[in-house]
Amino acid sequence: MPTALPSLLSSAGTYAAGLATHDGEAHAATGFTSYAWLLVALPLVGTAILLIGGRRTDKWGALLATALSWAAFLVGLVIFFQMLGRDAGNRAQTVQLYEWVTGGSFQVQAGLLVDQLSMAFVLLITFVGSLIHVYSLGYMEHDPDKRRFFAYLNFFVASMLLLVLANSYLLLYVGWEGVGLASWLLIGFWNWNPAYATAANKAFFANRVGDFGLSVAMFIMFFHFGSVDFTTVNAGVAGLQGAHQGFMTAIGLMLLLAACGKSAQFPLQSWLGDAMAGPTPVSALIHAATMVTAGVYLVVRSHVIFEASPTAQLVVVIVGAITLLFGAIVGCAKDDIKKALAASTMSQIGYMMLAAGLGPIGYAFAIFHLLTHGFFKAGMFLGAGSVMHGMNDQVDMRRFGGLSGVMKITWITFGIGWLAILGVPPFAGFWSKDKIIEAAFVGEGWRPWVFGLAALIGAGITAFYMSRLFFMTFHGKRRWTDDVHPHESPSTMTVPMMVLAVGSALLGLVLGPTGAITSWLEPVSGAAAEHEPVLAVPVLMALTLLVVLAGAAFAWLRYWRDEVPLTAPAGNLLTQAARKDLYQDQVNEALLMRPGIHLTRSLVFADGEGVDGAAGGLAALVGGWSARMRKIQNGFARSYALTMLAGIVAILGALWVIQ
Amino acid sequence: MSAPYVPVLFMLALGFGFAALSVFTSLVVGPKRYNRAKLEAYECGIQPTPQAAGGGRVPIKYYLTAMLFIVFDIESVFLYPFAVAFNKLGLFALVEMVLFILTVFVAYAYVWRRGGLDWD
Amino acid sequence: MTAVAPAAFQQANIDYLAVLPLLIVFGAALVGVLVEAFVPRERRHTIQLTISVASLVLAFVAILFATKHQGLTFGYTDGATSRRLFALAIDGPALFMQGALVLMGVLGILIMAERFGGVGSDAFTASGASTPGSPIEAASARAGLITSEVFPLTLFAIGGMMLFPTVNDLIGMFIALEVLSLPLYILSGLARRRRLLSQEASLKYFLLGAFSSAFFLFGTALLYGYAGSVYFGDLSKAVSDTSLGLNGLLVAGAFLVFVGLLFKVGAVPFHAWTPDVYQGAPTPVTGFMAACTKAAAFGAILRLAYVGLDTASWQWQNAVIIVAVLTMIVGAVLSVTQTDMKRLLAYSSIAHAGFVLVGVLAFDQRGVSSVLFYVVAYGFSIIAAFGLVTLVRQDGGEATHLSQWAGLGKSHPVIAGTMAFLMLAFAGIPLTSGFVAKFAVFAAAIGTGGATGTVLVVIGAVCSAITVFVYARVIVLMFFSEPADDTVEVLVPSVGTTFAIAIGTLITFALGVVPSSLLDLADRASQFVR
Repeated sequence: MPTALPSLLSSAGTYAAGLATHDGEAHAATGFTSYAWLLVALPLVGTAILLIGGRRTDKWGALLATALSWAAFLVGLVIFFQMLGRDAGNRAQTVQLYEWVTGGSFQVQAGLLVDQLSMAFVLLITFVGSLIHVYSLGYMEHDPDKRRFFAYLNFFVASMLLLVLANSYLLLYVGWEGVGLASWLLIGFWNWNPAYATAANKAFFANRVGDFGLSVAMFIMFFHFGSVDFTTVNAGVAGLQGAHQGFMTAIGLMLLLAACGKSAQFPLQSWLGDAMAGPTPVSALIHAATMVTAGVYLVVRSHVIFEASPTAQLVVVIVGAITLLFGAIVGCAKDDIKKALAASTMSQIGYMMLAAGLGPIGYAFAIFHLLTHGFFKAGMFLGAGSVMHGMNDQVDMRRFGGLSGVMKITWITFGIGWLAILGVPPFAGFWSKDKIIEAAFVGEGWRPWVFGLAALIGAGITAFYMSRLFFMTFHGKRRWTDDVHPHESPSTMTVPMMVLAVGSALLGLVLGPTGAITSWLEPVSGAAAEHEPVLAVPVLMALTLLVVLAGAAFAWLRYWRDEVPLTAPAGNLLTQAARKDLYQDQVNEALLMRPGIHLTRSLVFADGEGVDGAAGGLAALVGGWSARMRKIQNGFARSYALTMLAGIVAILGALWVIQ
Repeated sequence: MSAPYVPVLFMLALGFGFAALSVFTSLVVGPKRYNRAKLEAYECGIQPTPQAAGGGRVPIKYYLTAMLFIVFDIESVFLYPFAVAFNKLGLFALVEMVLFILTVFVAYAYVWRRGGLDWD
Repeated sequence: MTAVAPAAFQQANIDYLAVLPLLIVFGAALVGVLVEAFVPRERRHTIQLTISVASLVLAFVAILFATKHQGLTFGYTDGATSRRLFALAIDGPALFMQGALVLMGVLGILIMAERFGGVGSDAFTASGASTPGSPIEAASARAGLITSEVFPLTLFAIGGMMLFPTVNDLIGMFIALEVLSLPLYILSGLARRRRLLSQEASLKYFLLGAFSSAFFLFGTALLYGYAGSVYFGDLSKAVSDTSLGLNGLLVAGAFLVFVGLLFKVGAVPFHAWTPDVYQGAPTPVTGFMAACTKAAAFGAILRLAYVGLDTASWQWQNAVIIVAVLTMIVGAVLSVTQTDMKRLLAYSSIAHAGFVLVGVLAFDQRGVSSVLFYVVAYGFSIIAAFGLVTLVRQDGGEATHLSQWAGLGKSHPVIAGTMAFLMLAFAGIPLTSGFVAKFAVFAAAIGTGGATGTVLVVIGAVCSAITVFVYARVIVLMFFSEPADDTVEVLVPSVGTTFAIAIGTLITFALGVVPSSLLDLADRASQFVR
């Protein structure tokens, strides 16, 4: 810390001078903020104790993990209040931990950046994370591997906190890999089921594609700015002139690739649905509230880079728009309650991406929607888990119906989440999503119309499929199988649901109309210039409410008033396509996997199904090439010698030609 | 390209050409009447070495002897010039030479103790 | 270009303290041979192990002392021409490599010494000279014979390896190459089980090694023809002296010399021996080879590239760039379809060699330090990995087929967990040494390698993404698959092996979390003397 400080401060200083008041200047940590490392350390200690302690910790391990998670939340809360106490310009602080890599001229100081953006995430992660710890106490009560589950859960919280607190892309990458690992471990938690293990691997490989993007982006940054910490990179971008826009676009697109992998955005979205194989609390925490939003965080955190490249920004918006529609359409056809929710998550993150790509006008709303979504979607997932808990782990909504009578708390809390995601005032989603739709309508030329309409139509479809889900589960006739006796879940499960429901109901009201969230984030994301949407705001609001009402009404007609068939009807072409995730897997397969498998078929050994199947396209393609090249390795020393000789001759020949 | 090497190149080309030509010619004009003996390796009509006793392997003893010979051969290669220039080289070289001989004798001791010198 | 003969005999300047580490190792090897000759059979194993480990530790201490004696040694300055004709260069890179080799050598030897509590279950054949399956073999196995010669052989190899990055002329480099190779050829052929495979590996290694040595010598001859000297200093000077104009000799000579060295690191297209030899050789020897040979050869490549042929780099760098690209791609792609653990690690080592070459091509001091760091980080991981391979058995023999590793995570979580961690290190996941190492070489290449460096790094990143799949597959197999059958067992290793594996794993972890100290050391040790 002592040696690193001056250079850090000076670079921060020049940065601030170059950027005027665009970004808050990060100061060295004061007060309790210097203990920010506790945020990461506490849950990590839990992981270590639970994993190393082994069976001895079975009895109290889960409680310890929960307690540590709450402790992290308390630490976050104290830091947050201290931050509130400072004026807006001085809120961002850095905590130097240690010099991770100091060899040669490249140096990486591991440090934490505690600013408004990261604190918003810290509070979301620790609060929702702790609630889900509590919920899991009930949900996983009878699981023989409960201890391992909580160890992973703690590990996830630690990694996610590291991801959002990191002050450099490199440290962020560590957290990025950490959450990927935790997600992989937790999706495959019940790995005795091969399908679950396959799902875990699918997620793993999709994430690796994204991680590849992040590492390439880091290399380009390092090449250009000589460092990968946020301060230097941002300062470097500000110092660059237009000539380097190509590089900025490259970095931006690579970061977007990373974000797509982690946040299940088009075209890397296919893993999220399968990831629902994990225990439901995991789906709620990792695959709804926190990890999958890391991509949005990355884009907002790198906003300086994206602002330097309008092309990359446009691509972000396009990806967001495609995904929000894609997810919404898929969500309409799913009968599996968790998969429907997963499709919805995908779609909602599409909204956030879209907002994040719009520039300063959208950052605050992207994060705002992320926070509200974190609450209502986690709440609904927990509700879904509660339903499954009462229904013998069934997930087929066609066998639900009429549960509102027997599971009152679940019904009400889920209902609040449903109203929130629909965007019914005054629930949370109304404040955040409507703002995104408004922001999408801002601009010139074709863009506001295309993106705005996409967001608007998305809202309508969302209303339809979420209402469908809600009605099919809680209303209409009881279509239960004979052996189930639904009952309300224990209080460890219902209390977190209630807390999240309160958040879903009130969070928007507290942060939105008061302007709290925009002014809070302004020092980080930059002030948005006032722009009027191409349609008047009241008109937009009315339109939005209208499509939402229409969607919900249509769902009411088909899934509450009318009888829901026990088996899915054949449906039209679009329904069939949507049921199969719009043929995403098939496209992957046809383009990449099939030719690869064809080539590898004779050589892949018995394990092929579990792993190679999951690896999907690219891996199989590589495998095919690998199998071909393998034939050169025939075991004869003479042909090896010939290979060498041929190589030497060829390379010498090439040298001859080059010179 | 330096001129002195041009004749060498010609010679090289001539050599390759001659070899290729002779093989090609015999391929074209030579009679092709194969029989069993001619299809044997070396086509000299004589069976290759009959199977050695004990699974077709030649005893390793010959190689051991040959290798020992080479080791001492190399040693004497070094000893000769040393002996010639002994006066000029002085004590340093003498010590070096003794060390060299010692290392060879370490190997020799190993061979001797582990039965490398027993013929049977 | 007349050969300059010394007018009179000039005694070599030898700084004995500077070469003491080498002398200790070679001396201990000779003592080891004497032990084989004169000590009764049953006591040899213990004595040999003691001598080997003690001498290596001693050599390490001597290396620490030698750091104060850096400079050229083992030769003389020619009075008439003031050419500095020194055979050895004791400098930062040389001492760093020597230290690393000695330490990795200790771990390698500890794993080789593993006997699983009884005579007859170690990795080495009872009688290397007997025909596999012959009565002699059976008799020697019954008599409990062991091949304790592996210890002096390994010491000779380590000596040669220590010499390899230290030598300052082409002839010395050739001698070091042979000194390190010949014991390895023998060691490769000494496996206790699957002896035919082992002997085949040994023969292939020998034949192809001889083949590559021939190229090395041919290149040396061409370079001598070009520069009139085999000393690196003279070579470097001759190249910058543009009046010579014999580029044909220089380009071909430089590349052929590189061929000899690239063969040792298993770079494509000189890699074909690697999988066969890695698979056939006794597993402890494979681990030793993978770690130490690679490190030593990269040390030699560094010296050749940065001292001997530095001024000619534009002549040969294209060739090495082609080799690096091929190595990364072929290593990564071919590892995908491997079904044998040892072959998988072999292809992975090929890919790693490609990544290190990217660092070599940085042509910068940072390139040197990143390469030094990489080979050490990789060396400790791979020794531990092969150490683990020796423990997993079926029917007494090693279970190297991947399907035999299925479900190991449930039955032996510690072994599988350690292996998984090492796999993550090979994949370059953060918080392992592999990540820092990859980052270091790639950063060096991108920092000073210009556009070529950037292209190389992009290819490297793609290839490491491919290899991640391979390692992930192993992890998935261990933790998420049902075991194929229940007869796969994991032997309980002795203290020595446990120590070696634990140290290798710990260093892999430590270099990932606090890499600074070693990076600093590598950085300070990255200056060559000329």
